[in-house]
Amino acid sequence: MDNYIIEMLNITKEFPGIIANDNITLQLKKGEVHALLGENGAGKSTLMSVLFGLYTPEKGEIRKNGQVVKINNPNDANDLGIGMVHQHFKLVEIFTVLENIILGVEPSKMGVIDKKEAREKVLALSEKYGLKIDPDAVIEKISVGMQQRVEILKMLYRENEILIFDEPTAVLTPQEIDELMAIMRGFAEEGKSILFITHKLNEIMAVADRCTVLRKGKYIGTVDIKDTTKEELSKMMVGRDVNFKVDKEDAKPAETVLSVRNVTVKAKNAAAHSVTNVSFDVKAGEIVCLAGIDGNGQSEFIEALTGLEKLTSGTIELCGKDITKASIRAKSKGGMSHVPEDRHKHGLVLDYTLEDNMVLQRYYEPEFQSKGFLKRKAITEYSDKLIKKFDVRSGQGSATISRSMSGGNQQKAIVARELDKEHKLLIAVQPTRGLDVGAIEYIHKQIVEDRDKGRGVLLVSLELDEVMNVSDRILVMYEGEIVGEFDPKTVTVEELGLYMAGAKRDNVSVETVKEGSDNEEI
Amino acid sequence: MKKFNLREFTASPGFNSFTATLLAIFLGMLFGLIVMLAANPANALEGFSRILTGGMRRIPDVFYYATPLIMTGLSVGFAFKMGMFNIGASGQYTMGMFFAMYVGFMFNLPPAIHCFVCVIAGMIGGILWGLIPGFFKAYLNVNEVITSIMFNYIGMYLVDMLVQGNATMYVSSKTRTAYLPASAQLTSLGIKGSSLSVAFIVAIVIAIILYVVLNKTTFGYELRATGFNANAATYAGMNGKRNIVITMAIAGAMSGLGGAFAILAPSTIAGSSMTYEPVNIVTQAGFTGIAVALLGSSNPIATIFTGIFVSYIYRGGTLASLAGFKPEIIDVVIAVIIYFSAFSMVLNAAFRSKISKAFGHDNIVKPNANAEPDPVPAEAESEEV
Repeated sequence: MDNYIIEMLNITKEFPGIIANDNITLQLKKGEVHALLGENGAGKSTLMSVLFGLYTPEKGEIRKNGQVVKINNPNDANDLGIGMVHQHFKLVEIFTVLENIILGVEPSKMGVIDKKEAREKVLALSEKYGLKIDPDAVIEKISVGMQQRVEILKMLYRENEILIFDEPTAVLTPQEIDELMAIMRGFAEEGKSILFITHKLNEIMAVADRCTVLRKGKYIGTVDIKDTTKEELSKMMVGRDVNFKVDKEDAKPAETVLSVRNVTVKAKNAAAHSVTNVSFDVKAGEIVCLAGIDGNGQSEFIEALTGLEKLTSGTIELCGKDITKASIRAKSKGGMSHVPEDRHKHGLVLDYTLEDNMVLQRYYEPEFQSKGFLKRKAITEYSDKLIKKFDVRSGQGSATISRSMSGGNQQKAIVARELDKEHKLLIAVQPTRGLDVGAIEYIHKQIVEDRDKGRGVLLVSLELDEVMNVSDRILVMYEGEIVGEFDPKTVTVEELGLYMAGAKRDNVSVETVKEGSDNEEI
Repeated sequence: MKKFNLREFTASPGFNSFTATLLAIFLGMLFGLIVMLAANPANALEGFSRILTGGMRRIPDVFYYATPLIMTGLSVGFAFKMGMFNIGASGQYTMGMFFAMYVGFMFNLPPAIHCFVCVIAGMIGGILWGLIPGFFKAYLNVNEVITSIMFNYIGMYLVDMLVQGNATMYVSSKTRTAYLPASAQLTSLGIKGSSLSVAFIVAIVIAIILYVVLNKTTFGYELRATGFNANAATYAGMNGKRNIVITMAIAGAMSGLGGAFAILAPSTIAGSSMTYEPVNIVTQAGFTGIAVALLGSSNPIATIFTGIFVSYIYRGGTLASLAGFKPEIIDVVIAVIIYFSAFSMVLNAAFRSKISKAFGHDNIVKPNANAEPDPVPAEAESEEV
């Protein structure tokens, strides 16, 4: 018992109407990488918020080295040596790397920050753990990977010994993920203890010693990774067998649905990425996947394609009709369905009921309105139909306020709306982001079914598993350009990774070659 | 038959915003009493009771004064629903008043339609003054707050200039407008000694119409969607620019009608009428409308009641002077209530947590077996954790 550094014993955290954590026990050994696995809404985040002092549990206790401790706020957690890399980084964008690392614990002499001492300490840490950073670079100008290294250095600078990583790999390239795994293992070997929150089974198998599985707020079990398999873990997580491989027949590409020619989008500001000379076709009955690391112009390209933003030059044809300058409504009527990247920003009016959101693209059609008045009954019936057909779960059915629904069901509602609408082309941008295995499986099935009905699908994805499993053709986008086209059956993940990182491609600039070759070493 | 359920009722958003409004009013009054105690301790209680009960003695006047307030309240509230702050209700009100007055003085129309045409003219004046900031917002991306504030002044100075330069309308010896012909005045509801007219009923009907427009039509659907989430509205292909212009035009029409109703109100003394004094001051009507809309959470139906309430307090306030208080004191009390109503959202949240403890429920997390709340719902929300 004495080798547990942190024990969370019989933690129960209730929110009115729901038990987020029901009698959960998590024991973290010193020097281990401990994975915390569970679907969305399983209670992982709540449990970590309890450990980090953001929530006070109704029942249960937390022990450190066998001693009961009270953690009332994140400062208490920090004092106990608990540090966390959040899924969405908490950095001051306009500060430098160094300033961010020392933020809150600035060494000072008579009220003046002593950056020299801090810099030496940061550089030493960076050297020791191979966390390459530029201490004087401004956060908003550096890559996501480096931002994550800054977050890790923040924990190290505070001499935390219990490190929590909340879904750290979502934003990284395959090579960067390998790098992070190695760093995590290094920490563990040094005696630090790591809690690794994820729902990616491959990563758990690769790096973790033990894994605790939660399901619907309940503790399912803790297993030794060396005694288990991916299939077993996923069964524990979802409560049933999960099919990892997407079942689909070969694509039968027919006529061209979408034709993009020389599309260029100028960057609006420093943070945005420009898109240069993108040309490709999407045919009916095939799934074309636009792969790439987050922030390489995919979002900007899709915004221009769907009409949310203007494109600088180039042409877009939908079913042979030029829609370059068409309005969003015209594109929608012309057969474009769009599952947007950000379901809260674009996809839903969160304060609307589910049924109002179900007709967001169709409320103006005669089916749902007459002389400007909404046909409430028709809307409710249609919404009920979609809810049933697509298994969208919510508290009060059609009348549920969308905000109160879980992320997975919100996404299902959007997918339902876009798939049920009359369309020739489906544009799905990261349709499974942040969803659990069950929901991912379901949405993939729907996308493949849509393809089999003869629609063209343009899928934008950052998840290589998704890229490899779902698509019929892969286009890799790097810094706003298409740098390669592949057949998922013949290309390897490693090969794709090199293209995504810009290592393989003509006319690469000096800097990118350097970063690419770094990656290749691993 | 649905059974009334106290738990469900107290959890409803409507109940919560209603209680928050009441709480805002109550706290505002409490603070108002303190102000009065500080100003004149001896007469504070008498003065305060006059504020609270004074309106009871002049119910028809309460409704009469409420009419323009309901209209400007609807104006501000309607724009709010689309996420726009129409601070220019005063300017639209003034323009509406002027247009109505102009038709009243300068057009010789049959008595049967004269007053009706005046009202329509007032509406057009308001629309004009709402439309311009709307255009600026939609097509040039100029913040509507800035333009509509400017248009308050432009409207006021323009009207004062036009009134003073018109010999038919202006009586320079009395520094006010002449009496409007009786044919231009609204039909009185026949209550002796009061200027209460059909306009009050029209205002209520308009409020109901706006409620229907907002909640039952595709236009209202688009408008509220834009107010809740402009990005999603764009994504859904809604014509945001057009809707901004239409919304501002409707908001302007409401204020313009308010101005027309005010100047066209029937006089209690035969042969006279309401008059306008061009004294280079932006009218308060529009700003009070902001308070009315805020108190009513921009709900058109609620606006009828908050308009009457604010008018009631104002009526009582004029009586407080009998207890030795300056009329300005009531402005302070009203201002305090407005101030507190701005907190009504905060109060709402605070109140809700108390309520939910008492009744054992919470609005934010709906109890149900199937749908679990998303612990990390969105970037923006998880950021707060």
